Amino acid sequence: MERMKVTIDGNEAAAYVAFNTNEIIAIYPITPSSNMAEWCDTWASVGMKNIWGVTPTVTELQSEGGAAGAVHGALQNGALTTTFTASQGLLLMIPNMYKIAGELTSTVFHVSARSIAAQALSIFGDHSDVMSVRQTGFALLSSGSVQEIMDFALIAQASTLEARIPFLHFFDGFRSSHEVMKIEELTKEDMKFMLDDDLIIAHRKRALSPDNPVIRGTAQNPDVYFQGRETVNPFYNACPSIVQKQMDKFAKLTGRQYKLFEYVGAPDAEKIIILMGSATQTVEETVEYLVSKGEKVGAIKVRLYRPFSIDSFIDAIPTTVKSIAVLDRTKEPGSAGEPLYQDVLNAISEKYMNGELKFAYPKVVGGRYGLSSKEFTPGMIKAVFDNLDQSKPKNHFTVGIVDDVTNLSLEYDPDFSVEDPQTFRGKFFGLGADGTVGANKNSIKIIGEGTDYYAQGYFVYDSKKSGSVTVSHLRFGPKPIKSTYLIRKANFIACHQQVFLEKMDMLQDAVEGATFLLNTQVPKEKVWDSLPEKVQRDLIEKKMKFYIIDAYKVAQETGMGVRINTTMQTCFFAISNIFPKEEAISLIKDSIKKTYGAKGDKIVKMNFDAVDKTLDNLFEVPVPDKVTSNIKLQPAIQGDAPEFVKEVLAKIIEGKGDTIPVSKMPVDGTYPLSSARYEKRNIALEVPVWDPETCIQCNKCVMVCPHATIRAKIFTEDIVKDAPPTFKYTKFRSKDYGDNLLYSLQVAVEDCTGCALCVDVCPAKNKKETRLKAINMADQLSIREIERANWDFFFKIPDIDRRKVAVSKVKDSQFLQPLFEFSGACSGCGETPYVKLVTQLFGDRTIIANATGCSSIYGGNLPTTPYSTDNNGRGPAWSNSLFEDNAEFGYGFRLAIDKHNHQAKLLLQKLAGDIGDDLVSALLNAKQKDESDIYDQRERVAALKQKLNDLLAANTNGKAEDFKHLLSLADYLVKKSVWIIGGDGWAYDIGYGGLDHVLASGANVNMLVLDTEVYSNTGGQSSKSTPRGAVAKFAAAGKPAGKKDLGLMAMSYGNVYVAKIAMGANDQHTLRAILEAEAYDGPSLIIAYSHCIAHGINMATGMNNQKAAVDSGYWPLYRYNPELALEGKNPFKLESKGLKIPFKDYAYMETRYKMLTKSHPELAAKLIKEAQEDVIKRWKEYERMAAWEPEKAN
Amino acid sequence: MDITTNYLGLKLKSPIIPSAGPLSEKISNIREMEDAGAGAVVLYSIFEEQIEHEQFELDYLTSIHAESYAEATSYFPEPFDFKAGPEEYLDLIRKAKESVNMPIIASLNGKSLGGWTEYAKLIEQAGADALELNIYLLPTDIHKSSNAVEQMYVDIVKAVRSSVKIPIAVKMHPFFTSTANVSQQLVKAGANGLVLFNRFYQPDIDLEKLEVVPNVLLSTPMAMRLPLRWIAILYNRVNADLAATSGIYNASDVIKMIMAGAKVTMMLSSLIKFGISHIADVITEMKNWMEEKEYESISMMRGSMSYMNVDDPSKFERVNYMKILHSYK
Repeated sequence: MERMKVTIDGNEAAAYVAFNTNEIIAIYPITPSSNMAEWCDTWASVGMKNIWGVTPTVTELQSEGGAAGAVHGALQNGALTTTFTASQGLLLMIPNMYKIAGELTSTVFHVSARSIAAQALSIFGDHSDVMSVRQTGFALLSSGSVQEIMDFALIAQASTLEARIPFLHFFDGFRSSHEVMKIEELTKEDMKFMLDDDLIIAHRKRALSPDNPVIRGTAQNPDVYFQGRETVNPFYNACPSIVQKQMDKFAKLTGRQYKLFEYVGAPDAEKIIILMGSATQTVEETVEYLVSKGEKVGAIKVRLYRPFSIDSFIDAIPTTVKSIAVLDRTKEPGSAGEPLYQDVLNAISEKYMNGELKFAYPKVVGGRYGLSSKEFTPGMIKAVFDNLDQSKPKNHFTVGIVDDVTNLSLEYDPDFSVEDPQTFRGKFFGLGADGTVGANKNSIKIIGEGTDYYAQGYFVYDSKKSGSVTVSHLRFGPKPIKSTYLIRKANFIACHQQVFLEKMDMLQDAVEGATFLLNTQVPKEKVWDSLPEKVQRDLIEKKMKFYIIDAYKVAQETGMGVRINTTMQTCFFAISNIFPKEEAISLIKDSIKKTYGAKGDKIVKMNFDAVDKTLDNLFEVPVPDKVTSNIKLQPAIQGDAPEFVKEVLAKIIEGKGDTIPVSKMPVDGTYPLSSARYEKRNIALEVPVWDPETCIQCNKCVMVCPHATIRAKIFTEDIVKDAPPTFKYTKFRSKDYGDNLLYSLQVAVEDCTGCALCVDVCPAKNKKETRLKAINMADQLSIREIERANWDFFFKIPDIDRRKVAVSKVKDSQFLQPLFEFSGACSGCGETPYVKLVTQLFGDRTIIANATGCSSIYGGNLPTTPYSTDNNGRGPAWSNSLFEDNAEFGYGFRLAIDKHNHQAKLLLQKLAGDIGDDLVSALLNAKQKDESDIYDQRERVAALKQKLNDLLAANTNGKAEDFKHLLSLADYLVKKSVWIIGGDGWAYDIGYGGLDHVLASGANVNMLVLDTEVYSNTGGQSSKSTPRGAVAKFAAAGKPAGKKDLGLMAMSYGNVYVAKIAMGANDQHTLRAILEAEAYDGPSLIIAYSHCIAHGINMATGMNNQKAAVDSGYWPLYRYNPELALEGKNPFKLESKGLKIPFKDYAYMETRYKMLTKSHPELAAKLIKEAQEDVIKRWKEYERMAAWEPEKAN
Repeated sequence: MDITTNYLGLKLKSPIIPSAGPLSEKISNIREMEDAGAGAVVLYSIFEEQIEHEQFELDYLTSIHAESYAEATSYFPEPFDFKAGPEEYLDLIRKAKESVNMPIIASLNGKSLGGWTEYAKLIEQAGADALELNIYLLPTDIHKSSNAVEQMYVDIVKAVRSSVKIPIAVKMHPFFTSTANVSQQLVKAGANGLVLFNRFYQPDIDLEKLEVVPNVLLSTPMAMRLPLRWIAILYNRVNADLAATSGIYNASDVIKMIMAGAKVTMMLSSLIKFGISHIADVITEMKNWMEEKEYESISMMRGSMSYMNVDDPSKFERVNYMKILHSYK
């Protein structure tokens, strides 16, 4: 049968088989597996069928634990059921995995293997998660390439049905899950052929059924549990041969023969490497190269890792072997060795002990590589082989890093290359928003599906959510591509943004004779002079060809805006000559039709126009023979930064993080604050510029700025005598802080992302030109130098005395220094203004527990930290535990703080005679209600510490231990504010149980829910906060159910402070609620409307969406203060005027709602009507609650 | 009593047609219009520019943040079957045709010549009985002459005429230098009917926010005077059916328009204000009047008060205006 060649990524390959061979799919988002679930949900939403002609039921659970439970249940009822997960998600499935395996239940879990959070979270690939479940009884089957993922997904499905052992099919996160490869697609007939109907019926017959009832899942005692556990042995014994049988059956079907342990290399190899996953590809490629050079090397690719067939494994080893290196992509601190290493040793030893080893006992060493998708290259593989040449090879080594602490790392040659010269290797540098990656994905599909070439695409993104740099790595050629590592020898480099040339060494990876394509707005006559010196030198010395295109001009002329994807793609095809010109254009246009056809004919036409206009603007520029430029690469950081920032963080920013040795890394994942301010990203094309004449000094712009790049300060006249001449200030309009004060509003233009939220909220208009406000966007480049100097001056102006600030007023509160600045959040982020406000109000005494999600990424992702300190060195202490446990994590903070406080007070009382009764009494009785109180208490604590130090120095009365303890606890006498921050995925779904429990505990914690109504960080999957009628991933056909009313549930406790806020609708209400919540001596819950890119809105006007949500009554603003109830008053205050506009007038401002009218118009009409009814019903309920008059009721 | 009429070659059971507007967005409303006695319906206008904008917006907002960040390579489900073009409108035409017997007149507002013809064809294929061209060109270019502007209208009508077979009407605005001449040109270009007049959106200024704001007002009864005059002037002088729109609230308005020469009268503001059932009230009232005045059919009265048939045509001309002014002295 003719099979189609498709160019897809690993996740899609796995999802394709999973969807086709299952009836129930229980899902939950987690990177990098989410795409598998997304594909299945999307396919189900359009009614696609599995191989039995049925659309599988795809259902999202509240956590991976929930998904595993649902899978277990569906399996127990006989349905073919699957799920997808990774990392922490897989760990949450472990309890059910034991059950599923213990009950001999057929299923396949597809796992895109990922690191587990330890000293830090990482979303990237290694086998830490998979290795954490090897004890559950699941079979573990490893794929190393996209083709293998599709093939093994089916082999696993066939095997599990026969073996009755559940399978975990895994492949490397990102490297395989996100790598785009040309593969042969299995047909539905293939899948039917591989899956035995009798086995499916047998699986179904094992279902729990009242028609044939049994019980399963009993409790057993010491007398029989053990025996019961041993009953499964025959199944595990039989499993490897079943898998091999299915692999053989598959080989007859497709011609692709797999083995449980697959040997590649010289038949007489003396040195072999054993490993699994995507690195098997690179090892195979390297082994082939080395063998061709006469080396006796080989490798064993481990396919079926569990059950581990010792016989099959030993049989796979050539008898000529003398030394073996076992490579594990995981770390088990404190173990005798990593798991695969131990298994190999065990297998060889067993065979040796039994006298069954057909070769002399070899040297066996183990090593670690590739943690968190660390590059694993032919040079490293060669180093591993070279290590085996040593008389005493390094054992328990690492490769790919520099370990200068325990000296376990192997040295390797980074320039060692085995790339086939016939393989095209291109690197494309783009900006997230310019469409570079999308274009390259299309290009690789065009090449893959339009030629006989093998093709591979891999895409690297940086850690920022706004202004991120993307690098696309494309390979294609006549030979199979096994290079599962980034391109280091490129024969084509494209730079889609000229500004990158000054930030990165663009052509360092170019080979001699390579081609360089630059998108530039500089005309071809002048472009040479605009290049940095290093770029000129590389172009000359590497004898490169140089092309330029003004893609922005083409994009503007064709309506493409900032998206240059189509133009750059056309240039690539025009230059690379893969196809004749006409054919290339035709193929690009076909691809455009496929990609954009569903979005409308106008979009297709616009892209066609861009293709047609490109070639007229593409020029080859002759490369002169002399370097003429003095332009140097910009340093990664600016200003007088601390050593750690210079030595470590700067290297990460430069893209040289791989070179940082172990000794430079913190041992326990602890990092200093205030580092974001050194990373001047300069990503905004336009930035706000202040007009003091028009300004009314309301500070609303300061409040909404998501990146804290607009600041206001008031100061005395003497301050400005040293100001730069362009520094702007004006008279402060208020006399609340004294006479003759000056006011300045300053923008950190190098940190600004150019979102323009500030301009949108500015209420002041220029009276002569109403298009202008008191703050207006202007070109950044032309004012960068001036404003850098102004910012530096402004930043040094002393901050306001916090004791004097009327914090309950928006304007005044915005004079407080934000201790959260310049984060990597999206431009125009709707979450960060709330986080920033919390740090302004309480940052110097705040401890934050942050749920995993957007806020933990922009808050805690390397390289730099937005949380910062004030001039006293105080600032928010921050930590992220997990996604699911954040409320409990923060509760733990409170318990510890309270305990420390309690102990400090006990010691104070005990040592009162030594310290002095007055000071002790003042310390114990401080109210600490406001900033003045806090200040005074800090003064007392300082005095206490001084006294204790004096007492310790004197050391006269034998109480030194008590003094030391009190000294270590003294700071806890100052009030601490515990904030538990996370998104709706945490609060409504995975962490709800914990959140509910902590609310019920009565503990004094403040929970801030940044409610974007989807799992934003993983790409906008539906949560229980997602409103009815909105489209989200996992709700592709619109969310059918209404949003959970979390606030109402919390109010039912009676002793929880609850507020629902929306800064864009009422900033004063937001401020008041946050202040009250913090002041309330008990649990508080603030639900904050956070507009988000996942809503499909213009982020510059996101605050308007907030307002519309409130005006429609959808997002009522309220405060529920239990203290009012204690006073006999109604604790609930409804503080917005709802139902001012129909719900749809708000909803259809947002693509998430509107797109349903385009995909499912009738359903959209039904859901919007129901959503309106939800709004009215809830609003009336709230009105009723607000109208309650306890006095009358009593 | 015969209140049937003939418009654009279509036989209508009454001269009352709900004009293009939001009421026709729902099939249930269209059914109600027929039940109330409407002779036909003009569906709301499909705007090429809006479709284009919606497509661009949908594409932009669902893709601009994609492929920027490893954890979220996109933020929306992959679109499989978007009806991002005019399909929704075409579906409405199809469903309306299935739901009612009265003729369905589509209304189109194009942006480009290609758009006008492309959508006109699609509308015809969807089964519309006729097409009203809602040409909305605001000539803000100080370099563009009135001739050039008029030629754009003519070009559009010619282009659409050559691309479809169904009858077409042109909804005109009253701001041409020579309305009569333009009317004639449009008819020569292929218009089977002229709808007098389109009310252009008139923006307002919000003094609090210092912003230009849309301010859509329902037409007032006074608004009918302008089309009344021009229908009377054009009746039987251009070879096209005339439709009256703007400010038609009650039976006497309908009767006046027919007497001026209108084949049909179009209502929207009054239906929004009083409900769709208002059509039935107007028809009843009209029939009562006709019975009282012994008109057997509306064709009897059509054009009876037109420029050609009144005793003093100058009353429809500017001189009339002068007389009115003088009468205030």
